[in-house]
Amino acid sequence: MPSSNANLVTRSLAILAKDIRLELRSRHALNAILLFAVSTLSVVSFSVGQSGLGPHVLAALYWVVIFFSAIAGLSHSFVREEETGTGLLLRLKADPDPVYLGKFFFNLMLLMFIAAVVTPLFFAFTDATLEQPAPFLTITCLGILGLCASTTIVAAIIARAASRGALFAVLSFPLLIPVLLVLVRASQKVLDGQSWGEIASEIQFLVAFPVVMIVGSILLFKFVWRE
Amino acid sequence: MWWKALLFIIMTAAIVAAFVTEAPQQQIGEASRIFYFHIPQAWISVLAFAMSMIYSIGYLRKRDILTDGRAADTAAIGLLVCILAAATGSIFAKVTWGSFWNWDPRESSIFLLLLIYGAYFALRGAVQDENRRATLSAVYSIFAFLTVPFLVFVLPRMVPSLHPSDSVVDENMKFVMGAEVWRILLTSLVGFSVLYLWMFNISGRIRKLSRARFEEI
Repeated sequence: MPSSNANLVTRSLAILAKDIRLELRSRHALNAILLFAVSTLSVVSFSVGQSGLGPHVLAALYWVVIFFSAIAGLSHSFVREEETGTGLLLRLKADPDPVYLGKFFFNLMLLMFIAAVVTPLFFAFTDATLEQPAPFLTITCLGILGLCASTTIVAAIIARAASRGALFAVLSFPLLIPVLLVLVRASQKVLDGQSWGEIASEIQFLVAFPVVMIVGSILLFKFVWRE
Repeated sequence: MWWKALLFIIMTAAIVAAFVTEAPQQQIGEASRIFYFHIPQAWISVLAFAMSMIYSIGYLRKRDILTDGRAADTAAIGLLVCILAAATGSIFAKVTWGSFWNWDPRESSIFLLLLIYGAYFALRGAVQDENRRATLSAVYSIFAFLTVPFLVFVLPRMVPSLHPSDSVVDENMKFVMGAEVWRILLTSLVGFSVLYLWMFNISGRIRKLSRARFEEI
């Protein structure tokens, strides 16, 4: 049981800081996810980058890169706890809510970092044009929020199961389909030159989805953490 | 027992009526008869998943392993019916629009449901300890159900759909099917629902008996 009087924010930040520090020491998740993203992007750019594929295909390819990078890297925060044996101590010491929030923000920062690397490279290496930066960036940020919202609790679920890597992908994919469909559609419209008006309903979806997923995760996380 | 005879009559009536009466949608013709079976199957696959979620919540509250077993059973029935719904929908799509799969929003939601069922059983298979398996799959079942309303209700409104049911609904959101079509569909729906509940009931009894036997030993 927690022994300090710190509130939720302080405790979550403590867990976030711990995870960042650990990650910067060994850089396992960062390397895996960055390598994956850049390799995939290179293949895309090499094969079809300059072929004049329309915004429809390019938007889909962009989200393929981000999505698979997420699947490659977002389970690390929980799996590492189990692999290094620190999971038990964390379960004894910390409450479920700060753990969930800390790890969620860790995943969010990881994926934002990857997007920050991939997005400029994507526009540099393919012939996609960014006429509307503000809508595109908003969609990307909301999409990443949605991806992290769904996958953090799944990472917690699979961390103590067998065949973790494959299982993470299998469990996450159904949960991410709705948000992926909407993201690709919205990105297609924006890369095509359309602006805020046409993507209003997609933006509503992309705001509602992470909210529902995060609330559900917070309510359910304690069962996963403490069983 | 009497209700089993009634179920037999209802299902037979629905099946015969589906083939003997006029085809429900004139533009599509004979192929639209599949709608009498496809719609109940789609309905049952969502119902079964909702039941799985409800039993999962029940497990998390009371920690009774039998409740978790029933959640798995209803998911198994739901998986079977979902495969049927996807297959019948796919056949209909081939006949009507020329290709087996089009990523129409409702097709996508059946595909999503199929993936969720598959993922649920993959998770159950990956955890050895009984109680942990029950807890983790209960959490996943509840969490996955949160995405279903998005795909079933929100997306079809956002994206133009191929599904004829969306052209059967007019601006007032009322069904404009003929009275006879509606009656046959309702009969089929009731028949399938009772069939599902019966299968679920039998599986629950088997589970209880095998659990009792297991504890004896």
